[in-house]
Amino acid sequence: MMVADKDSRLIMDGSELIIESVARAGADVFIGYPITPANLLYSYSQERLPSFFAAPDEISTLQWMCGYATTGKFPVTASSFPGFALMLESINMAYMMELPMLIILVQRLGPATGTATCGAQGDLALLQGAISGGFPLPVVSISSMKDCWEMPAKAMKMAIDLRTPVVLLTSKEEIMTLSSFSVKNLPEIKKIERTFYNSTETYMPYKTGTTLVPEFLPVANTEHQVRFTASTHDQKGIIQNTSKEAIDNTKRLEYKHRQNKSEHLFYDYDEQSGADTLVVSYGITSAACREAVNAVRADGHKVSMLIVKTMLPVPPVYFEIMDKYKKVVIAEENLTGQFKNILFGERGNKNVSGVNGIAEMITPARIAEAILSK
Amino acid sequence: MKNFLTDAPLPFCKGCGHNHIAANTEKALQLLDYDPMNVVLVTDIGCHGIIDKSFLTHTVHGLHGRSVALATGVSAALNNPDKKVIVFIGDGGATIGMQHLIDAAHNGFNMTVVIHNNFLYGMTGGQPSEFTPFGFKTPYLPDGGKKTGYDICKLISAVDGVSYVSRLEGISDFSKELAEAFSRKGFSLVEVMEICPSYGVKANPGMKLSKVVESAGLKIEKFVDRGETEAYQTTVKTDLKSLFHEEDAIKTLFPTQLEKPIRMMLCGSAGEGVQAAAEFLLKAGITSGLNGTKKGSYPVTVGVGFSAAEVILSSEEILYTGSPNPDVMCVTSADGLEYARKTIANMKGGKLFIDSSLTAPETKAEVIYFPFRERGGAKNSSLYMIFYFLKTTGMIPMDALLHVFGENKIAKKFDLPKMFELLNEPYTAAMRDETKTIA
Repeated sequence: MMVADKDSRLIMDGSELIIESVARAGADVFIGYPITPANLLYSYSQERLPSFFAAPDEISTLQWMCGYATTGKFPVTASSFPGFALMLESINMAYMMELPMLIILVQRLGPATGTATCGAQGDLALLQGAISGGFPLPVVSISSMKDCWEMPAKAMKMAIDLRTPVVLLTSKEEIMTLSSFSVKNLPEIKKIERTFYNSTETYMPYKTGTTLVPEFLPVANTEHQVRFTASTHDQKGIIQNTSKEAIDNTKRLEYKHRQNKSEHLFYDYDEQSGADTLVVSYGITSAACREAVNAVRADGHKVSMLIVKTMLPVPPVYFEIMDKYKKVVIAEENLTGQFKNILFGERGNKNVSGVNGIAEMITPARIAEAILSK
Repeated sequence: MKNFLTDAPLPFCKGCGHNHIAANTEKALQLLDYDPMNVVLVTDIGCHGIIDKSFLTHTVHGLHGRSVALATGVSAALNNPDKKVIVFIGDGGATIGMQHLIDAAHNGFNMTVVIHNNFLYGMTGGQPSEFTPFGFKTPYLPDGGKKTGYDICKLISAVDGVSYVSRLEGISDFSKELAEAFSRKGFSLVEVMEICPSYGVKANPGMKLSKVVESAGLKIEKFVDRGETEAYQTTVKTDLKSLFHEEDAIKTLFPTQLEKPIRMMLCGSAGEGVQAAAEFLLKAGITSGLNGTKKGSYPVTVGVGFSAAEVILSSEEILYTGSPNPDVMCVTSADGLEYARKTIANMKGGKLFIDSSLTAPETKAEVIYFPFRERGGAKNSSLYMIFYFLKTTGMIPMDALLHVFGENKIAKKFDLPKMFELLNEPYTAAMRDETKTIA
């Protein structure tokens, strides 16, 4: 059995898994501008997706994606901070128009152009404040090769379910490192079948029924007029100043993203009975965290581990889990502990400490040391 | 004949040319017998953009200056020239989005852009745009524009791929001209000249539109008309294949057990086969039944400077893929040594294989010098290094490396017996010429 599994191994990188995942889930197009270290996603997409566009810059990228999304097609892009920064206003537009799309953010060392070929986990704070008004932008991250397969399709489903752009947060090492990996027993990914408004009643693009998400209808359909608007708008999609209907519509954007639906909640909780310490991590640092936990447990110590994948908005269940422990250690590859600060604020919490650093991956030894420190 | 505008009054100031553009757009679409459900109007920020509520077509209202890029996505996705995509944009928006205009024209995306040029920013108080003509006054330019404005028709006419470009004055009936632009496939552009009644007229009392246009040296004419041209077509591939090449699965031919993982680092110069050598090691490890990872590091200029690779082989699952304290360090060049210096100094044991032209920094690793560059040449130094390292340590079977190397096309041009001969030739510390070393 073991031999058969071994004999099915390929040499792969995470980018291949990510693009195959979005292709099978039904992504229609990749639109992008090259940037290190996201280029593998660009090149695999060119080969694998039905359509591919090399946009002249990242503002165009996101605008083209928005246009694509208005027609009911699903666009994907990949970038790193410098390109992502250019996309920001247009991501706000996609958010306001309620256009589903996937933006893969491959983190590298900043600030500014920083070091293009060095990985990092430095963009979470930016994502937390990406939408003007403090509205939550959904962010999911990957923590293993298996996640490179599963999470992109799940992020797409989330984008379609919530009619919203979703960011898939990764970093250089996660998507560029080659590994021996078998694709044989991966769970199947099926094409996401989208449903559109199909009533004969006049379509109101931003009117909701029983859910907080309005039904989608592609622009240029021959049955109903469709409007998409980036400015404050009423249920018809017509620009308003601050009418009650329009402001209620804007408030709905907050509520729809904060539903904490179980189908959009992804984390691995490895609970050890009797443990007083919980180690929390995400993304590239998850692997070091798993290794540290294995080593600490092998030495007879007790520790639980929480690897978070649904990052933003923060699911309340994470606090419920953390509240069970006397000590919480949060490991992430940035200088100040961005996820820790999002959870506990600048003032922090006396029971919570961080393992942080930049310009190199956090080592299992440092995490183990933090777990064991008194 | 279908209506394209609601019965409500248009939302613009009295005397504003935007009123004429809306009315003439409706008339032009009626002339062409369009159905409003086959028309998508894309607008952005500026007075012109508030028109979308008056149109009975589909409407998309986006960000300032980005309507052409937004329409590009709509048009490319619809991929159907019978669906008419029209962009309304102001001179301010066209200034912001100049790249989008040039790009859409260059690609010939199916759309008609109608530039509402009233020479200033009407929504924010009459500030000048890049289209403000020489001498034209605005509340912010009481002495008039100091430079000529963009001639957008000339600029876009110069772009290869454009179907139709014209400039007209936004007075009376210009529906036929608009209809002509709308009927062209690919990218068409019409610049409509106006004077803003709120800021332009007040700042330039008595000045007529035709006079402004004439003194700005802007020609009212058709700049380009390629007639019947091909519509832009988006490539939509259907013969797509999985990225997974399961036929390339690596068989375990030389089963090996490792007591603990081996972390190896190869450091050399770009163009000297460091990454390829590391991949041979990785594949040899997998052929030996081990798990493996490999990653590369290099400066952004991939053709010069250092090139480094880390390979981890393990009988267990590999989690953390860093190698801050590798078991084996291989250095083939000065670039590589510079990159690896700190790591070498940190090594608490293990082996350092280093080219004999270099001097190893202080380290607790066992230092093994060998003239890889001299015997293999710079280009083959990394390959010589991995074969030598395996020959010396036997960490994984040499047969595994020979097998994966033999499968590669470079093996055909490579003299393997010669390499082994040179690797087997003795090399002692005494032979190292200290005068040639690079510190």
